[in-house]
Amino acid sequence: MNHATLQMVCFIVFAVVAVGAALAVVAAKNTVHGVLALVLTFFSTACIWMLAEAEFLSLALVVVYVGAVMVLFLFVVMMLDIDMEPMREGFIKHLPLGIGAAAIMLIEMLGIIGVRALNVQPGLNPAGVSNIKWLGEALFTRFLLPFEIAALILTVGLVAAVVLALRVRTFSKRQNPAKQSAVRAGSRVRMVKMAAVAQVPASAPASEEPQA
Amino acid sequence: MIAIPLSWYIVFATVLFCIAIAGIFINRKNVIVLLMCIELMLLAVNTNFVAFSRFLGNPDGQVFVFFILTVAAAESAIGLAIVVLMFRNRRTINVGEIDSLRY
Repeated sequence: MNHATLQMVCFIVFAVVAVGAALAVVAAKNTVHGVLALVLTFFSTACIWMLAEAEFLSLALVVVYVGAVMVLFLFVVMMLDIDMEPMREGFIKHLPLGIGAAAIMLIEMLGIIGVRALNVQPGLNPAGVSNIKWLGEALFTRFLLPFEIAALILTVGLVAAVVLALRVRTFSKRQNPAKQSAVRAGSRVRMVKMAAVAQVPASAPASEEPQA
Repeated sequence: MIAIPLSWYIVFATVLFCIAIAGIFINRKNVIVLLMCIELMLLAVNTNFVAFSRFLGNPDGQVFVFFILTVAAAESAIGLAIVVLMFRNRRTINVGEIDSLRY
Protein backbone atom coordinates (compact mmCIF):
# COMPACT_ATOMS: atom_id res chain seq x y z
CA MET A 1 0.00 0.00 0.00
CA ASN A 2 1.66 3.18 -1.15
CA HIS A 3 1.42 6.67 0.33
CA ALA A 4 -1.50 7.94 -1.75
CA THR A 5 -3.65 4.90 -1.11
CA LEU A 6 -2.97 5.16 2.61
CA GLN A 7 -4.14 8.79 2.60
CA MET A 8 -7.32 7.88 0.76
CA VAL A 9 -8.06 5.02 3.15
CA CYS A 10 -7.52 7.35 6.12
CA PHE A 11 -9.80 9.96 4.58
CA ILE A 12 -12.57 7.43 4.01
CA VAL A 13 -12.30 6.09 7.55
CA PHE A 14 -12.40 9.55 9.12
CA ALA A 15 -15.21 10.70 6.85
CA VAL A 16 -17.34 7.66 7.66
CA VAL A 17 -16.77 8.16 11.39
CA ALA A 18 -17.60 11.87 11.15
CA VAL A 19 -20.79 11.32 9.15
CA GLY A 20 -21.93 8.54 11.47
CA ALA A 21 -21.29 10.69 14.52
CA ALA A 22 -23.16 13.59 12.89
CA LEU A 23 -26.14 11.29 12.34
CA ALA A 24 -25.90 10.31 16.01
CA VAL A 25 -25.98 14.01 16.97
CA VAL A 26 -29.20 14.48 15.05
CA ALA A 27 -30.87 11.28 16.20
CA ALA A 28 -29.65 11.07 19.80
CA LYS A 29 -32.40 10.54 22.34
CA ASN A 30 -30.29 11.87 25.18
CA THR A 31 -28.73 15.26 24.58
CA VAL A 32 -25.59 14.33 26.52
CA HIS A 33 -24.97 11.51 24.04
CA GLY A 34 -25.58 14.00 21.24
CA VAL A 35 -22.90 16.34 22.60
CA LEU A 36 -20.44 13.46 22.93
CA ALA A 37 -21.17 12.42 19.33
CA LEU A 38 -20.56 16.01 18.26
CA VAL A 39 -17.16 15.82 19.95
CA LEU A 40 -16.39 12.73 17.86
CA THR A 41 -17.53 14.56 14.71
CA PHE A 42 -15.25 17.49 15.45
CA PHE A 43 -12.34 15.20 16.18
CA SER A 44 -12.72 13.22 12.95
CA THR A 45 -13.10 16.40 10.96
CA ALA A 46 -9.92 17.73 12.58
CA CYS A 47 -8.17 14.59 11.31
CA ILE A 48 -9.53 15.28 7.82
CA TRP A 49 -8.21 18.85 8.00
CA MET A 50 -4.89 17.39 9.03
CA LEU A 51 -4.94 15.31 5.83
CA ALA A 52 -5.46 18.57 3.91
CA GLU A 53 -2.26 19.89 5.50
CA ALA A 54 -4.10 22.48 7.59
CA GLU A 55 -2.27 21.48 10.75
CA PHE A 56 -2.76 24.67 12.71
CA LEU A 57 -6.52 24.88 12.17
CA SER A 58 -6.88 21.19 12.86
CA LEU A 59 -5.22 21.52 16.24
CA ALA A 60 -7.09 24.76 16.94
CA LEU A 61 -10.35 22.94 16.23
CA VAL A 62 -9.46 20.25 18.76
CA VAL A 63 -8.28 22.72 21.41
CA VAL A 64 -10.93 25.41 20.96
CA TYR A 65 -13.94 23.34 20.01
CA VAL A 66 -13.47 20.00 21.70
CA GLY A 67 -11.64 21.56 24.63
CA ALA A 68 -13.75 24.62 25.30
CA VAL A 69 -17.01 24.93 23.40
CA MET A 70 -18.10 21.31 23.70
CA VAL A 71 -17.25 21.28 27.40
CA LEU A 72 -19.43 24.38 27.73
CA PHE A 73 -22.25 22.51 25.96
CA LEU A 74 -21.77 19.53 28.27
CA PHE A 75 -21.86 21.78 31.33
CA VAL A 76 -25.07 23.46 30.22
CA VAL A 77 -26.78 20.19 29.26
CA MET A 78 -25.85 18.55 32.55
CA MET A 79 -26.63 21.63 34.66
CA LEU A 80 -30.14 22.14 33.35
CA ASP A 81 -32.66 19.61 34.54
CA ILE A 82 -34.46 19.18 31.25
CA ASP A 83 -37.32 16.86 30.56
CA MET A 84 -36.44 15.52 27.12
CA GLU A 85 -39.64 13.63 26.32
CA PRO A 86 -41.93 16.52 25.29
CA MET A 87 -39.23 17.89 23.02
CA ARG A 88 -39.13 14.72 20.96
CA GLU A 89 -42.84 14.58 20.21
CA GLY A 90 -42.48 15.97 16.69
CA PHE A 91 -39.56 13.68 15.87
CA ILE A 92 -41.45 11.10 13.84
CA LYS A 93 -43.80 13.67 12.35
CA HIS A 94 -41.01 15.88 11.00
CA LEU A 95 -38.74 12.98 10.02
CA PRO A 96 -39.92 12.63 6.37
CA LEU A 97 -39.83 16.41 5.86
CA GLY A 98 -36.32 16.70 7.27
CA ILE A 99 -34.93 13.77 5.34
CA GLY A 100 -36.66 14.94 2.17
CA ALA A 101 -35.31 18.48 2.39
CA ALA A 102 -31.84 17.24 3.23
CA ALA A 103 -31.88 14.69 0.43
CA ILE A 104 -32.99 17.26 -2.15
CA MET A 105 -30.25 19.64 -1.05
CA LEU A 106 -27.70 16.85 -1.11
CA ILE A 107 -28.67 15.78 -4.63
CA GLU A 108 -28.57 19.36 -5.89
CA MET A 109 -25.20 20.09 -4.37
CA LEU A 110 -23.69 16.81 -5.52
CA GLY A 111 -25.06 17.56 -8.99
CA ILE A 112 -23.23 20.87 -9.02
CA ILE A 113 -20.03 19.23 -7.84
CA GLY A 114 -20.39 16.48 -10.43
CA VAL A 115 -21.10 18.92 -13.26
CA ARG A 116 -18.09 21.00 -12.43
CA ALA A 117 -15.99 17.80 -12.47
CA LEU A 118 -13.36 19.12 -10.14
CA ASN A 119 -10.06 17.83 -11.32
CA VAL A 120 -8.14 20.59 -9.60
CA GLN A 121 -4.56 19.75 -8.96
CA PRO A 122 -3.16 20.72 -5.58
CA GLY A 123 -1.81 24.24 -5.70
CA LEU A 124 1.70 25.17 -4.89
CA ASN A 125 2.50 24.97 -1.24
CA PRO A 126 5.79 26.82 -0.90
CA ALA A 127 8.34 24.14 -0.24
CA GLY A 128 9.83 24.22 3.21
CA VAL A 129 7.23 26.61 4.60
CA SER A 130 5.12 25.06 7.30
CA ASN A 131 1.38 25.56 7.42
CA ILE A 132 1.54 27.72 10.53
CA LYS A 133 4.08 30.08 8.96
CA TRP A 134 2.05 30.22 5.76
CA LEU A 135 -1.06 31.09 7.73
CA GLY A 136 0.64 33.43 10.18
CA GLU A 137 2.22 35.53 7.46
CA ALA A 138 -1.20 36.20 5.97
CA LEU A 139 -2.84 36.68 9.35
CA PHE A 140 -0.40 39.21 10.75
CA THR A 141 0.14 41.26 7.62
CA ARG A 142 -2.96 41.63 5.49
CA PHE A 143 -5.46 40.56 8.14
CA LEU A 144 -4.07 42.39 11.14
CA LEU A 145 -7.08 44.65 11.66
CA PRO A 146 -9.62 41.78 11.42
CA PHE A 147 -7.43 39.88 13.87
CA GLU A 148 -7.73 42.72 16.39
CA ILE A 149 -11.47 42.92 15.78
CA ALA A 150 -11.71 39.19 16.45
CA ALA A 151 -10.11 39.80 19.84
CA LEU A 152 -12.69 42.51 20.47
CA ILE A 153 -15.52 40.13 19.50
CA LEU A 154 -14.25 37.54 21.96
CA THR A 155 -14.12 40.15 24.72
CA VAL A 156 -17.66 41.28 23.95
CA GLY A 157 -18.80 37.66 23.93
CA LEU A 158 -17.17 37.04 27.29
CA VAL A 159 -18.75 40.09 28.90
CA ALA A 160 -22.14 39.32 27.35
CA ALA A 161 -22.13 35.72 28.57
CA VAL A 162 -21.22 36.79 32.10
CA VAL A 163 -23.81 39.57 32.20
CA LEU A 164 -26.54 37.31 30.81
CA ALA A 165 -25.92 34.42 33.18
CA LEU A 166 -25.23 36.54 36.27
CA ARG A 167 -28.04 36.30 38.77
CA VAL A 168 -28.47 39.27 41.10
CA ARG A 169 -30.03 37.99 44.30
CA THR A 170 -32.27 40.67 45.75
CA PHE A 171 -32.85 38.94 49.07
CA SER A 172 -29.24 38.43 50.10
CA LYS A 173 -27.46 40.89 52.34
CA ARG A 174 -24.21 42.03 50.85
CA GLN A 175 -21.97 45.01 50.58
CA ASN A 176 -22.01 47.34 47.63
CA PRO A 177 -18.39 48.43 47.10
CA ALA A 178 -19.39 51.26 44.77
CA LYS A 179 -21.61 52.82 47.40
CA GLN A 180 -18.98 52.19 50.05
CA SER A 181 -16.25 54.00 48.18
CA ALA A 182 -18.58 56.81 47.09
CA VAL A 183 -19.52 57.68 50.65
CA ARG A 184 -18.59 61.13 52.00
CA ALA A 185 -17.91 62.28 55.54
CA GLY A 186 -21.03 64.46 55.48
CA SER A 187 -23.35 61.48 55.17
CA ARG A 188 -21.87 59.74 58.21
CA VAL A 189 -21.16 62.58 60.71
CA ARG A 190 -23.23 65.73 60.86
CA MET A 191 -21.15 68.74 61.79
CA VAL A 192 -23.08 71.28 63.81
CA LYS A 193 -21.79 74.78 64.39
CA MET A 194 -22.45 76.03 67.86
CA ALA A 195 -21.05 78.56 70.25
CA ALA A 196 -18.70 77.52 73.06
CA VAL A 197 -21.08 78.84 75.77
CA ALA A 198 -24.72 78.03 75.68
CA GLN A 199 -26.87 81.12 75.90
CA VAL A 200 -29.76 81.15 78.26
CA PRO A 201 -32.94 81.69 76.29
CA ALA A 202 -33.65 85.35 76.96
CA SER A 203 -37.28 85.88 76.05
CA ALA A 204 -39.16 83.15 77.91
CA PRO A 205 -37.69 83.69 81.39
CA ALA A 206 -37.88 87.48 80.91
CA SER A 207 -41.61 87.42 80.34
CA GLU A 208 -42.22 85.24 83.36
CA GLU A 209 -40.00 87.23 85.77
CA PRO A 210 -42.44 89.95 86.85
CA GLN A 211 -45.05 87.41 87.85
CA ALA A 212 -42.59 85.41 89.95
CA MET B 1 1.74 16.02 -1.23
CA ILE B 2 -1.98 15.56 -1.14
CA ALA B 3 -3.37 12.48 -2.84
CA ILE B 4 -7.03 13.08 -2.08
CA PRO B 5 -9.05 14.83 -4.80
CA LEU B 6 -10.74 18.11 -3.97
CA SER B 7 -14.17 16.68 -4.76
CA TRP B 8 -13.90 14.23 -1.87
CA TYR B 9 -13.63 17.10 0.60
CA ILE B 10 -16.56 18.92 -0.96
CA VAL B 11 -18.76 15.83 -0.96
CA PHE B 12 -17.90 15.20 2.68
CA ALA B 13 -18.75 18.80 3.62
CA THR B 14 -22.01 18.61 1.66
CA VAL B 15 -23.09 15.44 3.43
CA LEU B 16 -22.29 16.99 6.81
CA PHE B 17 -24.23 20.15 5.94
CA CYS B 18 -27.30 18.21 4.80
CA ILE B 19 -27.28 16.12 7.97
CA ALA B 20 -27.30 19.36 9.96
CA ILE B 21 -30.22 20.68 7.86
CA ALA B 22 -32.17 17.49 8.54
CA GLY B 23 -31.34 17.83 12.24
CA ILE B 24 -32.80 21.33 12.36
CA PHE B 25 -36.00 20.08 10.68
CA ILE B 26 -36.34 17.08 12.97
CA ASN B 27 -35.29 18.45 16.35
CA ARG B 28 -36.83 21.87 16.23
CA LYS B 29 -38.13 21.76 19.79
CA ASN B 30 -34.76 21.47 21.54
CA VAL B 31 -32.69 24.64 21.53
CA ILE B 32 -29.46 22.88 22.46
CA VAL B 33 -29.72 20.44 19.55
CA LEU B 34 -30.45 23.38 17.25
CA LEU B 35 -27.24 25.08 18.42
CA MET B 36 -25.33 21.84 17.86
CA CYS B 37 -26.71 21.58 14.31
CA ILE B 38 -25.55 25.13 13.61
CA GLU B 39 -22.09 24.13 14.82
CA LEU B 40 -22.19 21.17 12.41
CA MET B 41 -23.08 23.50 9.52
CA LEU B 42 -20.21 25.81 10.37
CA LEU B 43 -17.90 22.80 10.48
CA ALA B 44 -18.99 21.76 6.99
CA VAL B 45 -18.43 25.26 5.63
CA ASN B 46 -15.03 25.41 7.31
CA THR B 47 -14.06 22.11 5.70
CA ASN B 48 -14.85 23.63 2.31
CA PHE B 49 -12.75 26.67 3.12
CA VAL B 50 -9.80 24.54 4.24
CA ALA B 51 -9.93 22.32 1.18
CA PHE B 52 -10.20 25.17 -1.32
CA SER B 53 -7.50 27.16 0.43
CA ARG B 54 -5.14 24.22 0.21
CA PHE B 55 -5.94 23.38 -3.39
CA LEU B 56 -5.71 26.97 -4.62
CA GLY B 57 -2.52 27.60 -2.67
CA ASN B 58 -4.05 30.67 -1.04
CA PRO B 59 -3.91 31.15 2.73
CA ASP B 60 -6.89 33.53 2.82
CA GLY B 61 -9.37 30.68 3.18
CA GLN B 62 -7.65 29.34 6.25
CA VAL B 63 -7.51 32.83 7.75
CA PHE B 64 -11.24 32.99 7.19
CA VAL B 65 -11.72 29.67 8.98
CA PHE B 66 -9.79 31.14 11.88
CA PHE B 67 -12.22 34.06 12.11
CA ILE B 68 -15.24 31.78 11.72
CA LEU B 69 -14.00 29.69 14.65
CA THR B 70 -13.63 32.87 16.73
CA VAL B 71 -17.09 34.17 15.97
CA ALA B 72 -18.67 30.73 16.40
CA ALA B 73 -17.08 30.34 19.83
CA ALA B 74 -18.48 33.71 20.93
CA GLU B 75 -21.83 32.83 19.40
CA SER B 76 -22.16 29.53 21.20
CA ALA B 77 -21.08 31.08 24.52
CA ILE B 78 -23.76 33.77 24.26
CA GLY B 79 -26.32 31.27 22.95
CA LEU B 80 -25.75 28.92 25.86
CA ALA B 81 -25.97 31.84 28.30
CA ILE B 82 -29.33 32.72 26.76
CA VAL B 83 -30.44 29.08 27.11
CA VAL B 84 -29.46 29.09 30.79
CA LEU B 85 -31.35 32.35 31.31
CA MET B 86 -34.40 30.99 29.48
CA PHE B 87 -34.41 27.83 31.56
CA ARG B 88 -34.08 29.86 34.76
CA ASN B 89 -37.05 32.05 33.91
CA ARG B 90 -39.37 29.58 32.18
CA ARG B 91 -38.20 26.20 33.52
CA THR B 92 -38.17 24.87 29.96
CA ILE B 93 -36.10 25.12 26.79
CA ASN B 94 -38.83 23.74 24.58
CA VAL B 95 -39.22 26.06 21.60
CA GLY B 96 -42.90 25.11 21.36
CA GLU B 97 -43.59 26.63 24.78
CA ILE B 98 -41.68 29.87 24.20
CA ASP B 99 -44.65 31.71 22.75
CA SER B 100 -45.42 34.55 25.14
CA LEU B 101 -44.87 37.14 22.43
CA ARG B 102 -47.77 35.67 20.47
CA TYR B 103 -50.49 36.74 22.90
